[in-house]
Amino acid sequence: MTATGRSDPAADPTGTLPPALRVEALEQLLTERGLIDPQVMDQVIDTYETQVGPMNGAKVVARAWTDPEYRARLLQDGTAAIAELGFSGPQGEHIVVVENTSEMHNVVVCTLCSCYPWPVLGLPPSWYKDPAYRARVVREPRTVLAEMGLELPESTRITVRDSSSEVRWFVLPQRPAGTEGLTEEQLAALVTRDAMVGVARVEAGPVEERVPAS
Amino acid sequence: MTISLPVDGPAAPPRANGELVFAEPWQSRAFGMALTLQEAGLLSWEDFRSALVARIAEADGSGDPGRGYYHHWLAALEDTLAGARIVSADELAQRSRTLALRPHGHDH
Repeated sequence: MTATGRSDPAADPTGTLPPALRVEALEQLLTERGLIDPQVMDQVIDTYETQVGPMNGAKVVARAWTDPEYRARLLQDGTAAIAELGFSGPQGEHIVVVENTSEMHNVVVCTLCSCYPWPVLGLPPSWYKDPAYRARVVREPRTVLAEMGLELPESTRITVRDSSSEVRWFVLPQRPAGTEGLTEEQLAALVTRDAMVGVARVEAGPVEERVPAS
Repeated sequence: MTISLPVDGPAAPPRANGELVFAEPWQSRAFGMALTLQEAGLLSWEDFRSALVARIAEADGSGDPGRGYYHHWLAALEDTLAGARIVSADELAQRSRTLALRPHGHDH
C-alpha cells in the first residue's frame, strides 16, 4: 500500500468507526458548510417519528371499505386516491393498491432494499428490512406467513409483490365480518400496519382488547 | 442507551407491534439527514437508493448479521455524499476521530 499524503491507514477509512460518531461528524461538516440546518432536520425526524405512521394507511383502508367509489379510485390510481386524503411525500410516488380477497392474498416485500409506501405506512418495521424475510417470502410465502401467525387455506392463492423505486405496493385488506355497524373511524382503528403489508388479517373489534402481535 | 417516551396518546411514536421506528438516536439522525439533503436538492434519491441497494446486497452476500439496516443506510449516505464530492471519506474519518478524542462524558 502506498501512502497518499496523510497517513490514513484503512482503504475504507470510516468503516470501522462507530456509526454514532460518523453521523455526528457528518452532521457537523454539513452544518458548517451551510448545507443542512439541524433544526430543519429535527423537524423532519419528528414528523416521521410521531406523525407519519400506519394510521394514515388505516384511514385509506377504512374509507375504501365504506365508500365504493373511493375504493374504485384507489384501486385504479393509488397515489392520487391517497393524496385525496392529504397523504403524500417522499416514497409515496407510484403507490399501487391491490385488494386481498378469500381467493387471492397479496403480500409485499422489497427484495432489493426496503422500498415501502412511507406516507401511508410510516417507516418499515425491522422484519421488513431483514434479509431472511426479503429472501424467504418470495420462495415460500405460505410458510413465512404461517410463521408470522397468518395461516391461509390452500384454496387461497398467494401473490408476492416486490416493491421497487417504480412501484410501491399497498394492500387493501379484507374487511372482517361482523363490522357492518362500525363507523369509518372505528374501522380505521382495526386496521394494522401488518395487514396493509399483507402479513396479517384485520380482526373484528373490540379495539381495546387487541394486543400487539409480538 | 435508553430514552423515555410516552407509550400512548398523541405524543407516542408509532410503535406498531411494540417496536420503535429507530433503535438508537444516531439512526434517526442518519435517516433525517438523508431526507433533509434530498429535500434541499443536494442528494439525488435515485443515487442514494442505488448505493443502499449495493450496500445491502454486499451485506446479504457476505452473510454478516452484525450490521443492521441503518448501518447500510449510513454507509450509503456516505457513499453518495463522497460520490457527489460533498464530503469525502477521508475528511469524514478525520472529523470522526477528532470527535472520538473528546474526554469521556463530554455529552453529559
